[in-house]
Formats: sequence, structure tokens, C-alpha cells
Amino acid sequence: MNHSVQITVNGESSQHDVEPRMLLCHLLRDSMGLTGTNIGCDTSQCGSCTVMLDGKAVKSCTVLAVQADGCEVTTIEGLAGGDGLHPMQQAFWDNHGLQCGFCTPGMIITAVEILNRKPDASEGEIRHGLEGNICRCTGYENIVKSVVAAGSRASD
Amino acid sequence: MGRYVGTSVKRREDPRFIQGKGRYVANLSLPGMTHVAVKRSPYAHARIRGIDASAALEMEGVLRVFTGQDFKDGGCGSLPCGWLVPDTQVPDRPIVVIDRVRHVGDSVAVVVAENPYVAADAIEAIDVDYEPLPVTVDARGATDEDAVQVHEEIEGNVSYTWGLGDEEACRKAFAEADEVVELELVNQRLIPTAMEPRAAAAQWDAAAEEMTVWTTSQNPHPIRLLLSAFTLGIPESRLRVISPDVGGGFGSKIFHYPEEVIVPWVAREIGRPAKWVATRTESQQTDSHGRDHVSVARLAMKSDGTFTGLDVETWANQGAYLSTFAPLIPTALYITLLSGNYRIPGIYGKVYGTLTHTVPVDAYRGAGRPEAAYLVERLVDLAAARLGRDPLDLRRQNLIPKEDFPYQTPVAFLYDSGDYEKLMGTAAERADYAGMRAAQKQARAAGGLRGVGVVCCIEASGPAPSAVAGSLGSAVGFWESGEIRVHPTGQVSVFTGSHSHGQGHETTFAQVVAEELGVPIESVEVVHGDTGRVNFGMGTYGSRSACVGGSSLVRSAEKVRAKVLRIGAHLLEAAEEDVVYDQDEGRVHVKGAPDRGKAFGEIAFAAYTAHNLPEGMEPGLNFVSFYDPSNFTFPASSHICEVDICPETYEVGIRRYVAVDDVGKVINPMIVEGQIQGGVVQGVGQALTEAGVYSDDGDFMTPTLLEYAPPRADLLPGIEVDRIETPSPHNPLGVKGAGEMGTIAATAVVANAVLDALAPLGVTHVDMPLTPERIRNAVEAARGA
Repeated sequence: MNHSVQITVNGESSQHDVEPRMLLCHLLRDSMGLTGTNIGCDTSQCGSCTVMLDGKAVKSCTVLAVQADGCEVTTIEGLAGGDGLHPMQQAFWDNHGLQCGFCTPGMIITAVEILNRKPDASEGEIRHGLEGNICRCTGYENIVKSVVAAGSRASD
Repeated sequence: MGRYVGTSVKRREDPRFIQGKGRYVANLSLPGMTHVAVKRSPYAHARIRGIDASAALEMEGVLRVFTGQDFKDGGCGSLPCGWLVPDTQVPDRPIVVIDRVRHVGDSVAVVVAENPYVAADAIEAIDVDYEPLPVTVDARGATDEDAVQVHEEIEGNVSYTWGLGDEEACRKAFAEADEVVELELVNQRLIPTAMEPRAAAAQWDAAAEEMTVWTTSQNPHPIRLLLSAFTLGIPESRLRVISPDVGGGFGSKIFHYPEEVIVPWVAREIGRPAKWVATRTESQQTDSHGRDHVSVARLAMKSDGTFTGLDVETWANQGAYLSTFAPLIPTALYITLLSGNYRIPGIYGKVYGTLTHTVPVDAYRGAGRPEAAYLVERLVDLAAARLGRDPLDLRRQNLIPKEDFPYQTPVAFLYDSGDYEKLMGTAAERADYAGMRAAQKQARAAGGLRGVGVVCCIEASGPAPSAVAGSLGSAVGFWESGEIRVHPTGQVSVFTGSHSHGQGHETTFAQVVAEELGVPIESVEVVHGDTGRVNFGMGTYGSRSACVGGSSLVRSAEKVRAKVLRIGAHLLEAAEEDVVYDQDEGRVHVKGAPDRGKAFGEIAFAAYTAHNLPEGMEPGLNFVSFYDPSNFTFPASSHICEVDICPETYEVGIRRYVAVDDVGKVINPMIVEGQIQGGVVQGVGQALTEAGVYSDDGDFMTPTLLEYAPPRADLLPGIEVDRIETPSPHNPLGVKGAGEMGTIAATAVVANAVLDALAPLGVTHVDMPLTPERIRNAVEAARGA
């Protein structure tokens, strides 16, 4: 039996009729066309599908769409909250924090969460914080550099 | 350094990726699109007695179920192998098997449904009656007398045997050697693990009889060729293959896979668009894997440390079928690299390509070259230990001197240029090698397990002279095409046969063309990955894009400049020899009179209005070049790594990693550094964490990212990157490949560092990955010995 889900994504509210087993990542991608959230694994290991759920970074393949009923979701498409780039997006661009770009949306959302929790996170804390997201291209070096640049330590 | 070439231009492709606008195949949605799922074998080897799809067909939303016979009867040919060394025995590889599965993940049936959830349910509902059969999985064990045959017609499971080198000189070296070190090692199977799982989509236009296929490929043109000539049978003229944004490849997306045939075949059969997207497990189970060698190797030397001979025998696991370029990897990209960066007069290498009940093995980042580097660099460390010499010092003694380039090795390759002494010197200085050794002494005295690894590595990149490739077994040429189309307004479209799946070609090639033509980079647009737009191309692998693809663009730019110069001279009413093409300004002007000139855009416009062109000149400003390199390029690297091993848990911790590379001239330093860093971490993954594992009965033990462990952000504390430049003398850009050097060196240097740390405990070898468990077992074995 399908369930009705009311969800606010990137500031816009909408209603969806979903199977109980549907994952949030599939709701976003297939029902709402928000394909910026990529799916890289089946076991919540890679973090490519990370989105903000009520202000906290979650792997959207680990959340059922019905669990997101009444929640607010921010995906990579809505991160900047309008035209232009979020400072973290800008930092990834400036510091060559991406290559193929597939892990990038999840990586950027996770990076925002790391600095939300601790704006002056050290390089070691950033590496630890990124542990749940796999990037196969960059060796993480420039991702870490990007997050450091976006953090408050960069202006010290 | 030019205006653009040699500068770290920010990537032009990034805005779409950082905003979630990447155009990956999985994102494609077409009106009426159906969803394809593939039923896969849970057995490594079994006979199929029957397939019952009736329950699946009754499910709501299921459109069709197809089996192997349907594809065969429907005109699908078997997947071909594109590289055949002499006397290769090629097993038949059907698109979907008919009566026998030969590895876990082999395709058994295909479901077409209205949505992916239903397709997945239907896969579960198909009942396959298997008769499980005994298996063989080990690269060398496959050649045992009592080993199970993978294909009846290929006796002993040896698909091919290949040898290269000077056997006589090798024998002589060992007969006259003062010292010989010997090593038996496993270069373990790896799973490439591009973050984007493979995917394919297709749309058949019945009225025009034209097929469009979207696929996650590193080389859409060769895929179109294979689809047309072998597997799908639609003429190339009616077949368009598009590889849009591709989320990493690392070799695994070079090859022609069954799903690239299944999806368009289904789309035509049912008259609706179709899409298939691999789950991570499907990717792990069916992407071609990498490495998987068992080798026995010996190094001969004089008592003063001079290397004289190298003898290598390798069993290379090729899996259940030959993947598209499988036989190339352990032959012409492996045995040919056994000289490393050293003078070794007597080298002979022999390889057996063996068949097993495992997924096919083909190119994975480095592809043959990391296997060679690991073997050579481990042997050199054993030699240093035998002679009581410092490993860096012994390497320096045997390096090919700068003045010996071009250097002919005994294993076919002619190294183009290099300065290995400077390379190692720079690494030693950058790392403070002497300081590291002093600190190691102190750490050891305090009871620590501190290790320092040092390597010097070689790569052959930028494949390849087509005639040479042909003589070594290739069915295709390895040139690249580059087209420059100058529009009447002076805007420039660049069409390259190279394919970017993370390498940043949209930026790098724009830099090259803007520099060559003297136009603003903003006016240059780079197009790739679409056979409907790019005339032809061989794609991206083997660190070839800058060397071969970039060079083809330089050639086209030269043709554009020549025509622009002629038109410019004509418009200025000057003789051609009296005008110059100013590449800084993008202008043609009279020599000594910069004011008397015509801008690039004015001349482009004149080329298209054709109102006033030189006598006999055709209108237009559009040139294509097919660049066939005269040689490979030979990047080199010297990396130094410092590790601590926890004496209680045997966990390896990397303290420092210094990478000094020579990739020739550099077009975009930021991008090249990114390639080195990413490559290094992949190489470290092989050394410490990654292994694709089959059990003895052929079960696939690493089907998800829970069991298979690519490096995560905290594996290294950071990488210190530096470089020297010895330009390649034989391509117009002076570049060498940059994509794989990091991976080649990193595995070897981390292994050397770990074994150096374990040396005081009497451990001389541990097969990778160097996990705490394996290290502990080796330490305990050494204690017991």
C-alpha cells in the first residue's frame, strides 16, 4: 500500500504517493528529477547521495522516503539557496576539489556539515569527518584543502 | 610558460559538477523509458538446466524477459577481444549465456519493466535451475594438471604464452652472477571502483532506423565500432554512441560490456527507450578487474651491486573470458617495463595468460606497469638487504644515466628522455632522506617499527604508434583525432577523440588551442564523448590524452594558423613571407609593422564570406588531424614514504609521503598535481587495503564496499608533490602521461616502507594488501622460524 509523503525540498513543498520501500534518494532523483544526488553504492558506504535532512547531513540511500515525511531536505541543487555558489562549492572549484564530479555533491554536503559542527575544524578533523564519503579520483588531498579553505581557520 | 599552457587555469567543467548538474548516464530520462535489469549467476561455474520466468512475467509492470537464446537468435554476436598475441585461444563470450555460467555475476537473463523496483523484483522471481560444477580460481593453479577446465576447447586453461627479452644474455648473467635474489609474489586482484557504477541507455528511431546509445565509456568510438561490427550489427552510420559525463573509469570503462549490447537490442525489440544502471554489487561482480598475477622472479648482480640480469615468470589471471584488451596488459605493458629505470643487460620475461572462473581481468590504472614496478622495486630492496647497501644508494648506482637517452632496453622499449639521478636526488632532498634514516634509527632503538621506502619507477604512457601496436597484437590503431572548427565569428569549437571522465580535458585542451591560435580561452569550446559530433577517436586510457590527443590538436592548430596567415597576407596585400602570425595577440601583421594587421576574427570571417580569398583557396576554416605518435612517452617518478607499524596491532600508519614525478612538460600544473595525488592514493590502496577476493570454490567474497576497501580520507596525512621536467622529444607539446605515474610508484614504495619496518623482525616478504592480520602472521612465522 502506498503512502503519502509531504516533503520540502530546497524550499519547495510537495506531496508524493510512494511505496513504503522507496528510498529518499530515489524519491529525489526519480520522482523529483533532482539528479544532482548521485548513487554510488548499495550499502551506505560511499556517501555520494548525502543530503541535508532537517539541517543534518544524511546518506539519502539510508532513509526511506516515508521517514522524510514532514521534513526539510536540501540537496546540492538548493545548497546555495539562490543564484551563485555556496562558499563550499566555490572552495571546491578554487582548490580543484573534484575530478569526475560524481562524489562531489555528497562530498560538498558532508563538508558543509563538518564546518557546521566545528567552523575551525583542523585538517585532521576534516579528514576524519570525510571518512564516510569515498572519492576515487582526488586522493582527498584537494578536497581537504577545499574544506580547510572554506573553514574559519583559513582566515586566521 | 605561455599565456595559458603551463598555468593552473581553473577547471571550466566544474560549475556543472559542483551544482549537481552533471550529465551522467544514470540521470537520463526519456519519454516512455523502460528499465532493464540483469539476472546474474550466484555460481562461479554451473550448467543451466532450465530457466522459468513465468512468475516474473505475471508481475504487474514487467514487460518482457529475455534469455541468452533470444539474444543469439536476435542477431547479437559474441563479445570480441581486441588484442591477440600470437596463438591466443579466445573463448566464446556470449552477451547472455545460454547453458553455462563461468563466473559469479555472469549474465543469465534480462528483465524489462516499467520501473527499476519492479525490474529488481522480477529478477528475484526468475527461477534458474543450476547444476553447480567444480571450479578453478587461481592464476597459477589453473594450469595444474587436475585443474577444472574453464572452456573445454582451451586445454590447460592457458589462453596464451608470451615471452620477451634476451634469453641468452639472461642465462649468462645468472651463470656469472656474484649474488642472486629471488622472490615469489602475488600481485593481488583489484576492483577498479569508479564511483559511478556502469550504466547504459538507448533509443531506437524506427522511422530513421537510427540507434542512439548512451554508455559510461572512456572511448565511445571504439564501442560504436565493436557494436556495429561484432555485437549489435547496426551500421556505424546509423549508430550514435554518447558518453556524456562519466564518473571515473580507471580503465574499467574502456571495455565493451554485455549491457552495452543488451540495452539497445532491447530498445529496438520493444520499441521503447531502455536504461540499465548497475548497482554497486553488479559493478564489483562484472566490471573487469585489475592485476591478479603470481610471479617468480630473480635478480642477478655483481658483488659491487651492479645489476646484470632479471628473470621473470608470471601467471596472469585473465578470468573466465578475454576482456577487450586483456592480453595486452600482462604482455606489452608489463614484460616491456621490467628494466625499470635501471641498466640491466640480461632480461627475460615470460607470461602465461590463464583462464579461471572469475570475472575477466583487464586494464586498471597503471595496467601492467604497476605490476612490473612492484616486482622490480621489491627485488631491488631485497638486493640492497643482501648486499648491506642503502636502497637509495644501490638504485642510484644502477640508474640509466642522463646521457644514455634515448635508451634502448633489452625488452623492446626505447625510453625517450629522463634524468633519473636528478629525480631521485630531488626526492631525497625533499624528503630529507638522510634525516628520515637517522630518525628511523632512533625510533628502532626506542622499540618502534619505523620503515622508510624509496622507489624509482618508469611508465610507458601515451599509447601508441599504431604500427607497433599492430605488430604486438592490437586489432586497432592508437592514433587520436583532433578537429578545430573556427566559426565565422572567430569562436572556436574543438572536437577531440579523447574522453574526459575526470581528467579535465575541457580545460586542458582549451588551454592548448587558445595558446596555439592566440585567441582568448573563453572563445574556445571543447567537445568530446559523442560519435555524432566528433568524427572519430580512440578515447582515453594509458595516460594518452595530452600526448596523443593534445598533439593532434597542435597539428590542427598549425593548419589553422597556416591558412589564417595566407588569408591575412592576402588581405594585407603583402607576401606571405612578409607577414607574421602573432600568437600572443591572435593577429596576422606585416613584419615590423604591428599596426598593419588583421585580427583572428576578421580573418575567420573572411574565410567564410569568401569574397576575397587567395587564388584557388577553398572557403572555410576547419581542420582535422589524425596524430599517430612515433613512440610511447616515458614518465618517471621517485617516491619516498615513511611508515610506523604499531607493534601491538600491526596497523600501518603513513607518516610522510613525498612524490617527485617527471611527466615532461606540464599544461596545467593544478590538474597534473591532482592526477598524481589521486594516483598515489589508489596505489596506496593496493598496498594497504584493497583486495578482490574469490574463495576456493569461486564465491565472490568482495561484492560491496563493506568488503572491498578503497582508501578513505584519513588513510594518508597528506602528500607532498614535486616534479622535474624532461620534455618528451617526440611530441609537439613535450608532454608525457600523468594519469598513472602516481599509482605505479605508490604501491611499491609503501610495500618497501612496510617491509623495511619489518626487517629487524626477520620478515622479508608479505603479499599485499599489508593488513594487520597478514603482517602479524608474517611476524609470527618469522619468530617461529
